[in-house]
Amino acid sequence: MLTLLVRRVVRLLVVLVGVSLVTFSILQVSGDPVALMMPEAPEADRAVLRQNMGFNDPLAVQFVRFVGSIARGNFGKSFFHREEALPLVLARMPTTLLLTVLAMGISLALAIPIGILSAVRRNSLFDHGATLVVFLGTSMPVFWTGIMLILLFAVQLRVLPVSGWESWAALVLPGFTLATFSTPLLLRIIRSSMLEVINLDYVRTARAKGVSEWFVICRHALINAALPLVTVAGLQFGLLLGGAIITETVFAVPGAGRLIVGAIRQLDFPIVQAGVFVLALIVVMVNFAVDMLYVYLNPQIRVR
Amino acid sequence: MAIGTLAPPLNVPAGAAHADDRSRSWRKFARNPAAIVGALILAVVVGAAIFAPWIAPHEPARQSLIRRFTPPVWAAAGKSAHVLGTDQVGRDILSRIIHGARISLIVGIAAVVVSLTVGVTLGLLSGFLHGRVDTVIMTVVDVWLSFPQLLLALAFVAALGPSLITIIVVLGLTGWERYTRVVRAEVLALREKDFVEAARAMGASTVRIVLRHLLPNTFSSIIVMSTLQVAQAILQEAALSFLGVGTGSAYPTWGQMIALGRDFVSVAWWLPTFPGLAILLTVLAINLVGDRLRDALDPRIG
Repeated sequence: MLTLLVRRVVRLLVVLVGVSLVTFSILQVSGDPVALMMPEAPEADRAVLRQNMGFNDPLAVQFVRFVGSIARGNFGKSFFHREEALPLVLARMPTTLLLTVLAMGISLALAIPIGILSAVRRNSLFDHGATLVVFLGTSMPVFWTGIMLILLFAVQLRVLPVSGWESWAALVLPGFTLATFSTPLLLRIIRSSMLEVINLDYVRTARAKGVSEWFVICRHALINAALPLVTVAGLQFGLLLGGAIITETVFAVPGAGRLIVGAIRQLDFPIVQAGVFVLALIVVMVNFAVDMLYVYLNPQIRVR
Repeated sequence: MAIGTLAPPLNVPAGAAHADDRSRSWRKFARNPAAIVGALILAVVVGAAIFAPWIAPHEPARQSLIRRFTPPVWAAAGKSAHVLGTDQVGRDILSRIIHGARISLIVGIAAVVVSLTVGVTLGLLSGFLHGRVDTVIMTVVDVWLSFPQLLLALAFVAALGPSLITIIVVLGLTGWERYTRVVRAEVLALREKDFVEAARAMGASTVRIVLRHLLPNTFSSIIVMSTLQVAQAILQEAALSFLGVGTGSAYPTWGQMIALGRDFVSVAWWLPTFPGLAILLTVLAINLVGDRLRDALDPRIG
């Protein structure tokens, strides 16, 4: 158990170095960052700045320096806001995380009961309906879903606000939009893992002892079907953060995603790098936690 | 005689589908109405993309200020010349959707080719050579899985400068890791099998074993994965266009049409609605076909 933990932590560190390298290369492939920072300056001034900022050093040296400064939380100043990039990103991160967690909650609240019912009533009309919804859900572009929901609930019915983040009502549309992104896959996983366990001997034994069907489903079947769900929900977190970026743009939610998309359009690289790194860090941490949770939940791995 | 009975199977690529298997898979595929509907929709989209200049009723870029915001033909103010209406500068929406199919399909297919090439090569290397090579490649996969893919694509397309080629390469390079993981797992399972041992005993080189005996055995997974990835790449391209880092040209794309239409959603609902439906139908069709292919090609499902 301890060696497993040590090995996972070492891998975590290696992955973090890789994440830094990819983040570092975003600026490198863009060509000349100095030209972006001071577009009107004469070439002589640019050369001085290039020298001062170390852009003439070998790439390896620049990378080590980059890792050193991001370890201290320094991604440089935003080209446009003239402020440190990291605090700008971090200040907006709670909004993005709230949106993501909200969507994940909606997804699970929809996917678990529907998935169970689909598996229990396999090949019923309900099951086929759920499958159809899964296919539609995975085939819709998330930004379009958002616009269609705006069209229906904000423009036609006028029951929810078009955009913003001020009231709870404003959270409804972005939350559901993002949830359409993750619900189909979760539903599919729950259905198939429930189908796998539902006819196993121990579930039959549980039925035979005379407890109610729903008790059998929830207490015996669902617990074992939950394992793949944990993994997939963890992997989905990264996808959801990606979707959150789009959703925030559609609904003008003042989160980190919208900040980063704006920065990408303006080629404001310090913010782009800080945002990409922070989001990747969150995904890495969530995956690490899921890994550990998986070990804890699955006695087969724990014993080994 | 024992050797005689062993030898013939080694001459055919081991494990490659026999003609019998293939027709059985095809029958399984054709029995499913959803897959047939998917294939038909797909045929329409591909046809629209290929013949766009000939079947589009109007020039996709032609503006007409007196015709702006014409609603679709079934609305009271609709005109039969513009079946799906016109946009804020009077361009015909149907024509733009037909032309937009080109970008979606080109990006979808080309990005998958890039992913396939990189992913399958690394998967074969990782699975067959294992050891240190495997560790390095799988670490790269772990790093890749740590990023929200769309964010990474967005940042790199913007940094490299938006163009069709950039989008294809970046989407291709953000989506390869699934092939590596699956091909590696299959190669790991296959490499200990008797037929590989037999091929080696007959003096086949490593390259020959990998390409002739291992690779064909991964084809059915690869076909299914790449079909489904085409659908995803189309969605990603649309998202990039929507977020403003599209192909960098004026040629219409579905994502860009939705982005422009969003601002007019309260006065002209058809602007963002129809290009989105085009994406939905295309992606749905590919998903239906891909899902059915999975069932048809998987011998474990009856």
